[in-house]
Amino acid sequence: MTTYYTKSHEWIRVDGGQATVGITTHASEELGELVFVEAKDEGTEVAAGDAAAVVESVKAASDIYAPVAGTLAGFNEALSDDPTLVGRDAEGEGWIFRMTVSNPDDLKGLLTAEQYKSL
Amino acid sequence: MSDSLQRTPLYDLNLELGAKMVPFAGFEMPIQFPAGLMAEHLHTREKAGLFDVSHMGQIRIAAKSGDVKDAAAALETLVPADYVGLAAGRQRYGLLTNDEGGILDDLMVANMGHDLLVVVNAGCKVQDADRIEKALSDRCVVTRQFDRGLMALQGPAAEAALVPLCPAVKNMRFMDVIETELATATGPVKVTVSRSGYTGEDGFEIGCAGADSEKVARAILAQPDVLPIGLGARDSLRLEAGLCLYGNDIDVTTTPVEASLGWAIQKARREGGSREGGYPGAEVVLKQTRDGVSRKRVGLLAEGRAPVRAGAKLFADAEGQKEIGVVTSGAFGPSVKAPVAMGYVASDHAALDTPVFAELRGKYVPLHVRAMPFVAPGFKR
Repeated sequence: MTTYYTKSHEWIRVDGGQATVGITTHASEELGELVFVEAKDEGTEVAAGDAAAVVESVKAASDIYAPVAGTLAGFNEALSDDPTLVGRDAEGEGWIFRMTVSNPDDLKGLLTAEQYKSL
Repeated sequence: MSDSLQRTPLYDLNLELGAKMVPFAGFEMPIQFPAGLMAEHLHTREKAGLFDVSHMGQIRIAAKSGDVKDAAAALETLVPADYVGLAAGRQRYGLLTNDEGGILDDLMVANMGHDLLVVVNAGCKVQDADRIEKALSDRCVVTRQFDRGLMALQGPAAEAALVPLCPAVKNMRFMDVIETELATATGPVKVTVSRSGYTGEDGFEIGCAGADSEKVARAILAQPDVLPIGLGARDSLRLEAGLCLYGNDIDVTTTPVEASLGWAIQKARREGGSREGGYPGAEVVLKQTRDGVSRKRVGLLAEGRAPVRAGAKLFADAEGQKEIGVVTSGAFGPSVKAPVAMGYVASDHAALDTPVFAELRGKYVPLHVRAMPFVAPGFKR
């Protein structure tokens, strides 16, 4: 299992062709407490950089982008009842959606944990 | 941040308190403190919050005759409220209208006994003062006091926090205004205090010399249960209270009648009243009051959890076929624990409990027209 990061503050954890996506702890702290999280429907095909989900804080709505091309494969339903889970564990239990990655080679273009930290 | 932004007298203190500063109406203002929007909002509803609102404009209007009633009568030529009938020591909300009946600004006017104290929005204050001065200068002396400090102490613990510093506030009722002294670490300073605010809670608005502002703020913040609160929470608090934000919910394209602010026009200024009309756009407003309007500002509550934001189009149906209005303010309401909004809808969809649908990311989210305020007011009547 490897975790990659994006400049737009998403993380993607890959296990074979399946991946889990969320926002980084840093992004979560910047947004403040979330009041609503919603992902596009399962089966939606997305290109890298497409809005795949939205998170809303008290302040504003922010799009969450697909780090790579693929197909959405499920939303973290726990966030429907408790969006604050993201604030408590952004890079764990507060994951946002799952996706199948179309081309695993695309992951090489993303950031490593060290590269993200040094942004 | 741009050099052209102005700073309030509490700028240094806001930074010291850990504020995140943002540009707002030409000022560098605290959007939030370390507690964060949600905690600041809830703290204000449960205890007490102190807001820096020094960016707002304070204007004094004194009649050359020396009689405050003459200043009130003069101001009534610009505002459709009853200020001649406003007793000394009382304050009343009002609207500056243009010739089309559109709203140039909303404001608070206090009868200070010898003159009027007017508080206007930051973004409009120069334009407002120019307008008032131009219209009233033959009869009144209009003084801009834009260097003064103004803070709002809001919440159920506001009285308990202020009384030790300023005992005279104890007996004040909602919308009373007094001039008194407030105890600070280096001695008493002169303040104007009104029992009012913009959160739906009991509380006070405290004006003082710019140079005294930090002392006053520190004295209040040293009281139990008081936290500094930013503009972010101020917005969600006023929205839950059903109060308009100038520039969002009211502006020159909306009239007092469309904005459901007819209550800000007292009987004396309405049709058949002793001083009917007599303000810019009166013909439009009187006609709308008589014949009705095609759209009205209403409160909106969503069924789901998705916040509907300003700018979202409103429809009569879940398919987005018949557009009937637009959301002008919308956010998650921390006390309501659900999304809250207000907006304009066609009058035949403005009745309470009418279902409407907001366009949100390509979907149509169900809402209902609901009564405002969304939270029970805490005013001390």
